[in-house]
This record gives sequence, C-alpha cells and structure tokens, in this order.
Amino acid sequence: MTGYVTRWISEWIEGLGKLALLFAEAVRSLCIHKPNGRELLRQIYFIGVKSQSVVLITGAFTGMVLCAQTYFQFHKVKMDSATLAVVSVSMCGELGPVLTGLMVAGRVGAAMAAELGTMRVTEQIDALRTLAAHPVDYLVVPRLLATLIAMPLLTAESIALGITAGYVVGVHLLGIDPTYSWQHMLRYTDVSDVVMGVLKSVVFGGVIALVGCHKGIVCGEGAEGVGRATTEAVVYASITILISNFFLTMFLTPLLGGL
Amino acid sequence: MIEVRDLKKRFGTHQVLNGVNLHIESGESVVIIGRSGGGKSILIKHLIGLLRPDSGAVLVDGQDITPMNERQLLEVRRKFGMLFQGAALFDSLTVAENVSFMLRREGKHTPGEIAARVEQALDMVELQGTQNKKPSELSGGMRKRVGLARAIIYQPEIVLYDEPTTGLDPVVSDSIDQLIQRVRDRLKVTSIVVTHDMRSARRVGQRILMLYEGKIYFTGTPDEAFSSKDPVVERFVKGISDPKEHTF
Ligand SMILES: Nc1ncnc2c1ncn2[C@@H]1O[C@H](COP(=O)(O)OP(=O)(O)OP(=O)(O)O)[C@@H](O)[C@H]1O
Ligand SMILES: [Mg+2]
Repeated sequence: MTGYVTRWISEWIEGLGKLALLFAEAVRSLCIHKPNGRELLRQIYFIGVKSQSVVLITGAFTGMVLCAQTYFQFHKVKMDSATLAVVSVSMCGELGPVLTGLMVAGRVGAAMAAELGTMRVTEQIDALRTLAAHPVDYLVVPRLLATLIAMPLLTAESIALGITAGYVVGVHLLGIDPTYSWQHMLRYTDVSDVVMGVLKSVVFGGVIALVGCHKGIVCGEGAEGVGRATTEAVVYASITILISNFFLTMFLTPLLGGL
Repeated sequence: MIEVRDLKKRFGTHQVLNGVNLHIESGESVVIIGRSGGGKSILIKHLIGLLRPDSGAVLVDGQDITPMNERQLLEVRRKFGMLFQGAALFDSLTVAENVSFMLRREGKHTPGEIAARVEQALDMVELQGTQNKKPSELSGGMRKRVGLARAIIYQPEIVLYDEPTTGLDPVVSDSIDQLIQRVRDRLKVTSIVVTHDMRSARRVGQRILMLYEGKIYFTGTPDEAFSSKDPVVERFVKGISDPKEHTF
C-alpha cells in the first residue's frame, strides 16, 4: 500500500518535471519564432468561445447554490446581509478559477490530448518533424498561448455570472436586503481576491494546456493509447489544479496582502 | 552521403537492429529489402533522426546526427524528404495544404507560385484536381501518392521512400517507379527505397541492401541479388517461403 502511494507520488512529481521541460521548450520556441497568428486565433475560438456555455452554467449554478446554502446558515445567526460577501469572496478567490479550470480541463485538455495523441499514433507528428517543423512550435505553443489568454477571461465571466446569480437568488428568492448586502459585499471583497482569481486561472490554464499536449505527444500505441492519454490528461490536470490551488492560496495571500 | 556505423536499437527485449553498417553515396539510389517486421522502417527513421539509436552513429554528409537535439536535427532534416509507409498526411489540412506544407513554412514563395508548384507535383503523381479534398476522402493509394508529392515538392537532396508502391495498382506502381527514377536523375537526389516489390526494386535500385536479423546481410547490384545462390537472398528475391514455417 505505501509502495503504491510512494510510486504514485513519484510519478506525479516526475510528470511535473516533464511539464516544466515542455514549458521551457515552449518559452524557447517563443523566443525564436513568432507564433502562427491564424492558428492562435483558431485555438482561442475553440478554447475560449466554445467553452463559454459550460463555464457559464457552472458559474451561475455554483453562485446560486452557494448563496442559498450560506443564507440558510447565516439566517440562523441573523447575519443575512453578509451572505453576498461570502459568495463574492469565495467565487473570486477559489470557486471561480477552480471550477472553470476543472470544466476547461474536461473539455479542452481532453480534446488536446486526443488530437495530438491521434496525430502521434498516425505518425503525423513524425511527419511534422521530417518537414522541419518542431511539434512544440507548431502544436504546443498556439494551444498554450490560447489557453493562457482564454482562461482568465472565462474565469472572470464565471465569477461575474456566479455573483449575479447569487444576488438574484439572495435578493429575489430569499429576501435578503439588497442595499446592505451589496455594501457588505463591496467592503469585504478586496482587489486582492480578484487578482488572486485571475492569477490562479492563468496558472490553471498553463497546467491544462501543458498536461493535454504532453499526454498527447507521448501517447501510447493505437486507439487504446489515445483513450488512455485523454483520460490521463483530464485526471492529471484536475488533480494538479486542485493541489496547486491550495499552495497558490497559501503563497499568494501574503503576497497580495499589500494590495 | 549517408553512413551508418554499428547501429543498434531494441524495443523491450526485441533487438530490432543489431549492428547495421551501411554507406550510401550522394546521388545513388539504394533499395532496402527484408522481411516484414525486419526493421526496415525503423532503420530509415534512424537515418532522418526520428528515432534515437541505443548505440552507433548515423552520419549525414559527415556529420553525426545521433547526439543532436531536436532543433539541430530540424536543420539537418531540411535536406531530407520522407514518404511514410502509412502516408502520415495531416488530416486537418487539405491535399494542397499538405503538399505545400514545407513551401509555406519557408515563406519564400507567393501563393500563386505555391499553387503552381502544388499543381505540378500532383500532376507528377497523377492526382490532378484533388487539391481541395481532405485526406479522409482519398483511397489508401491516393494518400500515399499525396505523401510522395509532399516529400519531393521542395526538392530535397535525399529522399526516403517507405514502400512507395505497396497498395497501388500495377499501372500506377510503374509510374511511381518512373517518377522515383526521374527525380533521381533530374535532381541528382539520393534515393533510399524500402520495398517488398522485387520488380520495382530491380527498376529503381542501383544497389540492393538486404536487412536480415538486424544486420545488412547482403549488398550488391540487382543482378547480383537475382542471381545470388545464398539461400536467404534467393528465397527472398524469388518469393519462396521456408518449408519449416508450415508446421500446422
Ligand atoms: N514503437 C515500437 N515499440 C515496440 N516495437 C516496435 C515499435 N516499432 C516497431 N517495433 C518492432 O520493430 C520491428 C520492426 O518494425 P518495422 O516497422 O521496422 O518493420 P518493417 O521492416 O518496416 O516491416 P514492414 O515491411 O511490414 O513495414 C517489428 O517487429 C515491430 O514489432
Ligand atoms: Mg515498414
């Protein structure tokens, strides 16, 4: 049992090392070549625009249930007007970026792993290499940049809609006083909460794209290999998001305290 | 010029290449034959640096490519064109985009020039008017010919053909053989052709290399191969199976 756990942890750390190498190669590529603009736009469209419905539904319903649950508890101690402040702070700092990250990992990370994995097993990646195109320049960089651009925007949307939905539920359904709770929300939500959410979403975006591309590029043989790469991309990206979220909160909170 | 010194490669416990030595002059056309699963595709992937050997060296124009990193290899690979056994077309791109991939990346040509060169290349492989099709709309043999057009359009110095005529009808096979010869003679390219088709080996090869049990077992002109009395070579060129293999 402990053997299994230590192996699992060492594999996970090894995986992080490979992601770091892939990231370094992508940065090197950005220093040498200008990324392909059309491909970048195509990826932003696919990753950003096409993920909106999923991300918005997640954000809205999370905000709604968070507001309702907080209200039920706070109502007992007569703190109704603090409800929205809780919704806003937790949406900005934690739930917005994490849930957006998980949804995008499921949609986009999986698609990247499947696409690149299929290219690998059908030798298309080898063909790219013979045509003097580095797979990192041609495949990874546009996807990575597009995810880094799209994730903060998607997260911001999700946070905004989550808070709005929470407000609607709180004020119109549960009868919280709108003026008081709005004032409390503004007082307790700090700029640092919003900055934290945005910074986290950028990190999560990087994790999703790197894990998806890496799993695709090193994909095993055949349809089974592609299937496994896709599953692993989602699982590893999600776990990495959840674990790194904790450490990001611990590190960023003191750093952003001065804002 | 390509030189391979004592190249070894294993996958798990399977020693696929076990000390390959060969030497190919510039402008020469060499045919590599050998049993299915004998490691021919693996060998030519080493020549272009797609795979790294466990030991041994691959010298391209006197430069050892085995210790190079991927970016250095990209420079070396500009000299090469490669036709993959399974064509390996980019399935998200059209035929024209596939064929013009290298030209578009070089960025030295106008769209008009590129279209003209694509048309000419598709003409050579007898696929006129397929520019806007997707690879999934083509037959296996057509894909292979698109792969061939993609490999030769930028006039590389060395072309590696992995089974260029497998899966093609006899008439098209013949025209591909002629194309390989034309490319060789006109552009003075070095051609390395992997094939099972002995008729085509005889037509395109100035020299035949036989890969057997991970080594170059035989090397000689096509005539020497066809008149060889060595049992392994003779059985292969005449297509006679080993009676021991029919045990059921
Ligand atoms: N990625 C791999 N992992 C493990 N074994 C491999 C791998 N690629 C090839 N092999 C093994 O290497 C051997 C040689 O394969 P290769 O594709 O070079 O054969 P070949 O001579 O080209 O055959 P064919 O004429 O059928 O194309 C095969 O036995 C195959 O099982
Ligand atoms: Mg082969």
